[in-house]
Amino acid sequence: MVIRIEGVTKLYRMGAETIHALRGVNLEIRRNEYLAIMGPSGSGKSTLMNMLGCLDTPSAGRYDFNGKDVARMVDDELAEIRNREIGFVFQTFNLLPRSDALHNVELPLIYAGLSPAVRRERALVALRNVGLGDRIHHKPNEMSGGQRQRVAIARALVNHPSILLADEPTGNLDSRTGEEIMALFEDLYEQGHTIIVVTHEEDIARHARRVVRLRDGLIESDGPVP
Amino acid sequence: MEFREILRMAFGSLGVNKLRSFLTMSGISIGVFSVIGVMTAVSALRGSIETGLSVLGSNIFQISRNPTGFQTSGEARRRIEQRRNITLEQAQRYQQLLRDVTEVVCLKAFYRDGPVQASHGNRQTEPGLTFGGSNEHFLAANQYAIDLGRNFTAEDIDLARPFVILGQSVVRKLFPAESPLGKRVKLAGRTYEVIGTFAEKGSSFGQTQDEIVIVPVTRFLSDFGAARFSINLATQAPSQAVYNETLDRAITAMRIVRSLRAEQENDFEIYSNDSLIAAFAQIADVVRAGALVISAIALLAASVGIMNIMLVSVTERTKEIGIRKSVGARRRSILGQFLIEAVLLSVTGGVVGIILGVLTGNALAVWLQAEVVFPWGWAALGLVTCSFIGVAAGLYPALKAANLDPIESLRYE
Ligand SMILES: Nc1ncnc2c1ncn2[C@@H]1O[C@H](COP(=O)(O)OP(=O)(O)OP(=O)(O)O)[C@@H](O)[C@H]1O
Ligand SMILES: [Mg+2]
Repeated sequence: MVIRIEGVTKLYRMGAETIHALRGVNLEIRRNEYLAIMGPSGSGKSTLMNMLGCLDTPSAGRYDFNGKDVARMVDDELAEIRNREIGFVFQTFNLLPRSDALHNVELPLIYAGLSPAVRRERALVALRNVGLGDRIHHKPNEMSGGQRQRVAIARALVNHPSILLADEPTGNLDSRTGEEIMALFEDLYEQGHTIIVVTHEEDIARHARRVVRLRDGLIESDGPVP
Repeated sequence: MEFREILRMAFGSLGVNKLRSFLTMSGISIGVFSVIGVMTAVSALRGSIETGLSVLGSNIFQISRNPTGFQTSGEARRRIEQRRNITLEQAQRYQQLLRDVTEVVCLKAFYRDGPVQASHGNRQTEPGLTFGGSNEHFLAANQYAIDLGRNFTAEDIDLARPFVILGQSVVRKLFPAESPLGKRVKLAGRTYEVIGTFAEKGSSFGQTQDEIVIVPVTRFLSDFGAARFSINLATQAPSQAVYNETLDRAITAMRIVRSLRAEQENDFEIYSNDSLIAAFAQIADVVRAGALVISAIALLAASVGIMNIMLVSVTERTKEIGIRKSVGARRRSILGQFLIEAVLLSVTGGVVGIILGVLTGNALAVWLQAEVVFPWGWAALGLVTCSFIGVAAGLYPALKAANLDPIESLRYE
């Protein structure tokens, strides 16, 4: 069991108003599962992903990562998990605007303490795998949306995480590039990685083995891909 | 994460806001500059004084009734005021007692009853000449040379002849076109015949040494009242090797001349180069303390500036911090990054300040004809202080950055 969440809620207080982004979600994800999370806009998919990625903390409920309560982990343990266990592709990419693609992809390796030569080598491989071998010295504002998305994917994969969390990883890609990325995910899945993808597209979801549907902060359905 | 990487990031982000980094650094530079500049100048001057070139001639010590330098305690001052003058008779006896050790004993007394003007016919100098009586050893003891005419002879002194030797400034004023030799010059109401002129000497420590007139000390005392003057004695040891021995002999001779009993303290002062250096050191300490206070204030202001700029920088880069944390940056990596940035700002400013300070201090030293020095100790202290300032001013902003919540900072726009 890699991930187990129980009764997780997330509240946002906006002045007098309280927004219930998640209203009590239970979810178990095993090692080497390939999961798609679907649901309408605003249903809480990104909120859930941030939680799973150890970036956000639930308002109530419990999250165990590898059998350990995340709420009890100290900062350094969380940093370690974010660095080595989880690769996160953000819906909004979150690249360093002043650094080129290569440096952005190297970033997790810097915090993993690898030597510059090894870092560069691995970042180049990761960029080539997403088809950006010829754009390594471009800064984010010198790249298209799809290219930025691929830099974000390369960064998520570069440190060989056991779990890949991807929030709309193909949202900005044409269907052919999207398929290439999905093939990459399929490879990773076959190598034993755990993959969790948020998507709107049924085509993309079909690559997964299991689909979780969210609506208004609750799980509507959870089952194998038909 | 390795240190080199943090350094690279720190340099990178300082480079993004070049003007801002420069302005912040300049505060530190000014603070360090003021202290290093003063320290450099002071040590350069001290170096030149210690070589003994500009104050006393070589192997010379001086005996007088009063000390130079500051007289702090009133008690000590009273004791000194009660001392008897060193009379001409005492000075001559001293000279005799030392005859087998050294010939060169320069007697000196200076006019103190208001500013002195020299005049010849209808020409006259500005008031404020150095006017004194001395003997034939004045040249050697004070490093003057004769330009025209001749020095005093022992006979001139014995017979108290009304002769005068003029400094170059006086010559230029009174005798612009003619030879001064044999002419009569009026000084403080008396008339003297010019027998020589001093060669131009220039200025030392910003003071001209050419506005001087010297007459035989015997004549000087009889003209202006022997009882009112205390004579200074400058004695030159024949060589460095016998300097200490000569000094001991001189003290003994002086005690005999002053008829002191064994248990009585010396009622006169001895300046060697050592004691002049000590007097200079006393002044230098005051100047140094002043420079330290000024630079401490400047550095305090500058560190407030660094803290301010670092806080701004943390706020501006909230998103960047969020991104770094989301890919696994630990709290201490972020802390390190911002601390190093602050230290880099401060130390770079410090290095610039040290360079400017050393250059300016040495320029001043060169102007005052002192040797060029590099104040290693102060420079090292400056760097340590700057690192400390960087850490102190950067700590709070860096902690703030390190403690940011990852998801909150990722959302920050
Ligand atoms: N920081 C926040 N402050 C207040 N409300 C928030 C915040 N983040 C998310 N929400 C709200 O929580 C709900 C869930 O948002 P979330 O981003 O998880 O949706 P989503 O399913 O990812 O939508 P999309 O498909 O458009 O990305 C939304 O109603 C949103 O307005
Ligand atoms: Mg979303």
